[in-house]
Amino acid sequence: MTPPLLARGLRKRYGATTALDGLDLEVAAGHVHALLGPNGAGKSTAVRIFATLTRLDEGEVLVAGHDVRRRPKEVRRAIGLVGQATAVDEVLHGQENLELFGRLLGLHRPAARARADELLERFGLTEAARRPVATYSGGMRRRLDIAAGLLLTPTLLFLDEPTTGLDPRGRAEVWSMVRDVVATGTTVLLTTQHLDEADRLADRITVIGAGRVIAEGIAAKLKSRLGGDQPVLTLAPGADVESARRALTDAGIDDVEVGLRQPSLDDVFLHLTEGAA
Amino acid sequence: MTTLLAATRESWLLTERDLRHWRREPWTPVFGVAFSVMLVLVFGYLFGGAVELPGGGDYLAYLLPGMFALSMMFGIETTMAAMTADARKGITDRFRSLPMSGVAVPLGRAGADLLSSALQLAVLMVGGLLVGWRVDGGAGAVVVGVALLLWLRLAVLWVGVFLGLTFRVEGALMAVQVLVWPVGFLSGVIVPPETMPSWLAALADLNPVSATAAACRDLFGNPTGTTPSTGGLLADHALLLALAWPAVFIAVFVPLSARAYRRLGA
Repeated sequence: MTPPLLARGLRKRYGATTALDGLDLEVAAGHVHALLGPNGAGKSTAVRIFATLTRLDEGEVLVAGHDVRRRPKEVRRAIGLVGQATAVDEVLHGQENLELFGRLLGLHRPAARARADELLERFGLTEAARRPVATYSGGMRRRLDIAAGLLLTPTLLFLDEPTTGLDPRGRAEVWSMVRDVVATGTTVLLTTQHLDEADRLADRITVIGAGRVIAEGIAAKLKSRLGGDQPVLTLAPGADVESARRALTDAGIDDVEVGLRQPSLDDVFLHLTEGAA
Repeated sequence: MTTLLAATRESWLLTERDLRHWRREPWTPVFGVAFSVMLVLVFGYLFGGAVELPGGGDYLAYLLPGMFALSMMFGIETTMAAMTADARKGITDRFRSLPMSGVAVPLGRAGADLLSSALQLAVLMVGGLLVGWRVDGGAGAVVVGVALLLWLRLAVLWVGVFLGLTFRVEGALMAVQVLVWPVGFLSGVIVPPETMPSWLAALADLNPVSATAAACRDLFGNPTGTTPSTGGLLADHALLLALAWPAVFIAVFVPLSARAYRRLGA
């Protein structure tokens, strides 16, 4: 079976700067694949080339088996693109946005409307469906933006830094949405600068830097390169830490490091804003 | 054939998107019309009393066809602003990632802008009739005059599409918003070029807006602001120039826009 995405020896230069320097990438069907790398690593350039927005200088890219250079229209039919900027119309309602994009994809009005309603419902936007997007929170906008990329249930969905600029709640919403998307059979390629995001979402991670693949594998394997698993023991709040340590040393386990972990600010934020959004 | 049909449908969907914008935010088009009406009032009543037309006639009747042409030319700002905003927000990229026709984005823009300009023109003309502007040339002449005005609008539309695709920054839009004033005024739109120093008059006669304004004055039977004895290229061939100037702009800027659109993928 052809993989949703296959890229070989991808090169792209902008004047004197090399954005991609021989990038190879294969995304397996049904996976969430993360492109992890710092700013300027070439993540967005790669996604733009895969989505037919930017021409490549050298190499070969097959999306759902179609060559991006020779068959851009077939590629566009197979993909959904959610770029870095939230590309929805702020003046229109959420529902109107999805209906417009659905009709531009060739759906007739009733079908586009039905599909829009279905996606709005699925991603918890039904209540806001008839409000101008300008009134949406960052997380809602992002969800609408992603929904617009799912109108035709694409083979491959590109998410270019989908959680940049979102608060922790928005981020959690997007994460659960990505899991939902993959569960319905769409493969996802997402770019991120955050290790924890790749760790939480991705089945497979490709680390890129300076336009090249630095490392690739499943998250656990990438981490084991740093010296294997570290067991972590978690006690309930208020537990007697000293006797726990003594019990461990008595059992012959040395080298115990004890520390207290406060709830993370993410936890606090989620707790405090519960029900407020 | 099916490709053409699909492209037309997609363009119309994008035009429709703009129509929804007006309904949702009616102040933008209303303000556009109000602005033109204000210009008519300022020049017609505030400054107009001091203007004596070469060749005689009522100044307000001279001014209005000029204002029609000027408001078409100022439409370049609307077009460019819309193109720039979509490019900046990533909406243009989303359109480009869809399996739709490449011409739909500019054609959809053209449809929406021509509709809004036609509406603006209608309001200005009715307003003109209310303050005493008269057409003395029959229905056919009016139709041709309106067509010439929209022809000019179509020409600046493609300039706006090109600029909006090429310079995707706020600063470029502001530069255009400032530049339209000297370019628009250095013409036969507000005062007859005959009253200007001769070198300036020569420039004003060359302004495409002057040609459309002069052709409309001829067609509508309004004062031309010229002494019959002088003549000149513009005075003798206004209709031809009003057809030719926009044609030149369209011939230059349609290919340039197409190239700029392809260049987005560089």
